[in-house]
Amino acid sequence: MRHIISILLENEAGALSRVSGLFSARAFNIESLTVAATEDPSLSRMTIVSSGSDSVIEQITKQLNKLIDVVKVVDLSEAPHVERELMLVKVRATGKDREEMKRIADIFRGRIVDVTESSYVIELTGDCSKLDAFLEVIEHSLVLETVRTGVCGIGRGDRILKV
Amino acid sequence: MQLTGAEIVVKCLQEENVEYVFGYPGGSVLYIYDEFFKQDKFKHVLVRHEQAAVHAADAYSRSSSKVGVCMVTSGPGVTNAVTGIATAHMDSIPLVIISGQVPTHYIGQDAFQECDTVGITRPCVKHNFLVKDVKDLAVTIKKAFYIAQSGRPGPVLVDIPKDVTTHKCEFEYPKTISMRSYTPGVKCHSGQVKKALQLLLAAKRPMIYTGGGVILSDTSDQLIKLARDLGFPVTNTLMGLGGYPSTDKQFVGMLGMHGTYEANMAMHYCDVLVAIGARFDDRVIGNPVDFGSVQRKIIHIDIDPSSIAKRVDVDVPIVGNLPEVLGELQALLDEQKSKPDAEALASWWKQIDEWRSRKSLKYKQGKDIIMPQYVIEKLYEVTGGDAFVTSDVGQHQMWAAQYYKFDKPRRWINSGGLGTMGVGLPYAMGVRFANPEATVACVTGEASIQMNIQELSTAKQFHLPIKIINLNNRYLGMVRQWQQMFHGDRHAESYVNALPDFVKLAEAYGHVGMLIERPSDVEPALREAFTKHKNDLVFMDFITDQTANVYPMIAAGKGLSDMILAEDL
Repeated sequence: MRHIISILLENEAGALSRVSGLFSARAFNIESLTVAATEDPSLSRMTIVSSGSDSVIEQITKQLNKLIDVVKVVDLSEAPHVERELMLVKVRATGKDREEMKRIADIFRGRIVDVTESSYVIELTGDCSKLDAFLEVIEHSLVLETVRTGVCGIGRGDRILKV
Repeated sequence: MQLTGAEIVVKCLQEENVEYVFGYPGGSVLYIYDEFFKQDKFKHVLVRHEQAAVHAADAYSRSSSKVGVCMVTSGPGVTNAVTGIATAHMDSIPLVIISGQVPTHYIGQDAFQECDTVGITRPCVKHNFLVKDVKDLAVTIKKAFYIAQSGRPGPVLVDIPKDVTTHKCEFEYPKTISMRSYTPGVKCHSGQVKKALQLLLAAKRPMIYTGGGVILSDTSDQLIKLARDLGFPVTNTLMGLGGYPSTDKQFVGMLGMHGTYEANMAMHYCDVLVAIGARFDDRVIGNPVDFGSVQRKIIHIDIDPSSIAKRVDVDVPIVGNLPEVLGELQALLDEQKSKPDAEALASWWKQIDEWRSRKSLKYKQGKDIIMPQYVIEKLYEVTGGDAFVTSDVGQHQMWAAQYYKFDKPRRWINSGGLGTMGVGLPYAMGVRFANPEATVACVTGEASIQMNIQELSTAKQFHLPIKIINLNNRYLGMVRQWQQMFHGDRHAESYVNALPDFVKLAEAYGHVGMLIERPSDVEPALREAFTKHKNDLVFMDFITDQTANVYPMIAAGKGLSDMILAEDL
């Protein structure tokens, strides 16, 4: 099953490679990984999307907790949470495709952030499935380039991950 | 007062009451070595290869419960040390490794003797640090010692660029350390301990299975008291030998791939199993699916939550420090009125004695060829069972584990997890430094010993009267055994050809060499080595049976009850 694991860790050189190294060393799966400093610059917050049986996910959280730089680990998918990912898509936009592309972007609440005579860059935010759905809908041959940030997530309501 | 980084390193080691630093100098650590030279609070042991420095520090720790310390230079100094570090990591041995690094402004430029030390060692340390600012040096070394020996112990590496060792700052050694991301002192869950005791008291076929955790946490005495009060059978893993006295009647022997028949059968057919500081690894329970096919309740006590429910499902997990958990368990037992079911226990022991009567460790010693098992049995007799025994890796390691009956913890020193050939001799050195009066035997084979044979020179320099028991079968014995059993008896590269004359080799290094070829000479030779040559290093080259195999055996991937006994063949 797919899990979203949130990690608070010391914002120190090498902390990221300790986490990514752990996943490769123990053959755990990473679908996406995002990391950036938090409002407290001494801490980073990382979101990892992984998949595996319950026992694998249990091992992942235990092994993460064992890393000296890791302060806290939470499996967000255990309870209500918000999940977002940002995608930039560069598409060919000429002739009738120009209007069609704009319309689909609007339907997905996307924004066109760069325009040339022949292309758009569309910015889209949502959960993974929404971004996937957008790519499904538009004509594949028009897609010039895509880039996705990977998922970040946060618990709903009183669920707070903080030191 | 302002001190240089090099002076700070020395001060920190002194503050930690370090006795010995095992190491090898080189360009990046020259300033530190210069400070070593100017002090005499701790001694430096110059090895002949960095791998041996780490192994020696590792055995120093294993045989004493103190932190082992080593020092290596950048680049090849570090890469040579990696095998030693990984060995210690797999067996959870507390070490602090200080490595030199090229100056900070050279890092990343492929400088001479540069390597990404933090990157290379990351997967095989508990933690590592690169110190870029001399102001962080003292606190980092303090953290290294704290992390190495707290929680589940392990090696910690501190990488120090050469310029940092020359920079100056105010020195103050922190008295304590607190880290928000590392809080190892968790209190065990009392409710779980109660549950565990209820299960144990209700057991019909109980079993106590203990590992290296009992040794590392020095809880052997507590384990003995608890086991005796309960009257349950006890088995030890390879790493746990000596945690419970091998000569005790409740001890059923080592378990696992080359464990006794009774230990493995009792492990397989018990109804309540308590695992203490052990991790159900593949060489212990074989196939986890097969192990799980028998219904039993499992209580698992370990300081490392990630060791619990990793390979087998557990009914009562208890995370905590063993002295505390066993103490709580004992206190609860003492105030309990109910006792274990005596009748059920008696019939369980009857069953175990039946398994025991198969005598799974028996072998035949004829008149002509020395059996390796016989050498270990005689070694046990001659040393009164009171030696520190180190081993290398292979058949001789298993025979030493099976036939030398360890009654005390920290006496059996071997590489259990990583299985590193070549540890035996440097391990024996480390043991002797930690225990200057001790009798130290290194059980090895003609292949393993050659992996760190250069340390005969270190042993000479420091007058270490190690007794090397070389079980020489002219084969990579364990490889040959597997080839015989699983690869059509084709001995691919397992014959050790062009062996040196070990007697002459020992003599060349200034030691005593002995060649023993007849069974009748085994005991007299051992006696001579341990009495007449008490103060010498003696290299005893025993020419043993080439075809001897280690039995009993569970083939890789098979279940515990699927044992191959010598008598079946």
